[in-house]
Amino acid sequence: MKYMLLIYHDEQSWSAITEAERQQIYGDFRKLREELLARGQFVTGSQLQPISTATSVRVRDGKELVTDGPFAETHEQLGGYFLIEAENLDEATSIAARIPSAKTGTIEVRPLVETAAPASA
Amino acid sequence: MSQAGETLEKVFREEYGRIIATLIRISGSFDLAEEALQEAFISAATKWELEGTPNNPGAWLTKVAHRRLLDAFRRDKTHTDKQSEIAFEATRLLRHAEPELLEDAVEYPDDRLRLIFTCCHPSLTRDAQVALTLRTLGGLSTTEIAHAFLLPESTLAQRLVRAKQKIRLARIPYEIPSVDRIAERLSAVQAVIYLIFNEGYAASAGQSLIRNDLCAEAIRLGRVLCKLLPDEPENIGLLALMLLQDSRRDARVNDGEMVTLEEQERSRWDAREIDEGVNLVQHALRMRRVGSYQLQAAIAAVHAEAQTAAETDWRQIVALYEELLRLTTSPIVALNYAAAVAMSEGFERGLGLIEAANENGALQNYYLFHASRADLLRRLHRHDEAAAAYETALSLTTNHVEQDYIRGRLRSISASI
Repeated sequence: MKYMLLIYHDEQSWSAITEAERQQIYGDFRKLREELLARGQFVTGSQLQPISTATSVRVRDGKELVTDGPFAETHEQLGGYFLIEAENLDEATSIAARIPSAKTGTIEVRPLVETAAPASA
Repeated sequence: MSQAGETLEKVFREEYGRIIATLIRISGSFDLAEEALQEAFISAATKWELEGTPNNPGAWLTKVAHRRLLDAFRRDKTHTDKQSEIAFEATRLLRHAEPELLEDAVEYPDDRLRLIFTCCHPSLTRDAQVALTLRTLGGLSTTEIAHAFLLPESTLAQRLVRAKQKIRLARIPYEIPSVDRIAERLSAVQAVIYLIFNEGYAASAGQSLIRNDLCAEAIRLGRVLCKLLPDEPENIGLLALMLLQDSRRDARVNDGEMVTLEEQERSRWDAREIDEGVNLVQHALRMRRVGSYQLQAAIAAVHAEAQTAAETDWRQIVALYEELLRLTTSPIVALNYAAAVAMSEGFERGLGLIEAANENGALQNYYLFHASRADLLRRLHRHDEAAAAYETALSLTTNHVEQDYIRGRLRSISASI
């Protein structure tokens, strides 16, 4: 079953750390990704550009509204994601706990809706 | 009620959790399991009346419900437009549907431990954990649970639906947690059981019958947990604690009025529960992995063993609270410790500790902090201060029994001024 791990962190403290610390964290991310890849559990994942680059789009009454900024201003921001394959919620949360940002931020674990079998007749 | 009817009701109470646990494992679904068991109980009601009660009623019901699950699955297979989640459950069902499972001699393994851990999974809210545990392991109806928690039935039903939906959609595993997780998960299970007990034990006016049922149910769940994981001293400590508190249940209310431990008529304590509780504490402590339930139970045991309030071994109680304070920083424990010190080393010293326990204001809105403080001030004959503290306590509790108790204290103080 697929789970989306949404990585929320405080962008400001992320940009405040030293380059060496950042490289260390990137290294930990790489290690986790490679391990998951080897086990066939890594589907995809990426870091996101900061929310200053975000644009929100809504369509209301047929009119497209494009605004600057993220969906919601929160204390922690969505900074990246992992899409993984896991047997159950316990396995997914174990992987989430190993994401380096879990130590300072929050990882939201969301199961994907499994595609229904194609209806026939 | 007919004999078959009585047996059925008894089986329902005692076996529901075990049967449903097996059916959930087989079907992978709480809802399918509930439906199948419901149908099995209905057919038992007519069959047992006619043919007599089977030798092993629990096994009979499990087998019949298991067949229902297989029938439902076969019916389902003919539907081509079924949802994938049903397909998932059906695949699991098929995998477990070996024909020998339906032979008469089959022994169904006890799956209740999986069920307990799933019901108390940390990704469910505490409220949902409690409701689900009572509904599935306890076999209580939605109506019964709603009444016991003084909630509208629709709220409770909704809570159960959401919890079961989360288990299904997020795929909360139906298994005993891995070794690295079990300690943390087990403490959640213990917390749920103790919360059920306390909900029933809280001295509340009215509804007392239903609430006593909650205590009985919590004790029953505590026994199940001890049976399933007998090497965990905290499980035993929890059961002992509940038994020892429950032993005082009848004595702590008199004509609807609250009676303090000190003033309780000790002959009204339940000697059988005390015996069992004391033995269990001793057994648990011998395992040499002390924990907070064991210590709380040990404190309750010291009280239980005193023939009169004056004979209470306060020194030992103080020592046990000191142990407990090493394990927890709870200001409530600090408050109880202070009250024990007051009895053992003097009211003045106890009062100082009570005030220290609230140094950071953590207990400011806790009615027992003010009531305990008032009690010591009263014993120190500082009546005006005592009355003021009782007034504060009175403003902080909505419980009628507690309010009446404090009003009684206030009356006796004003009489002695």
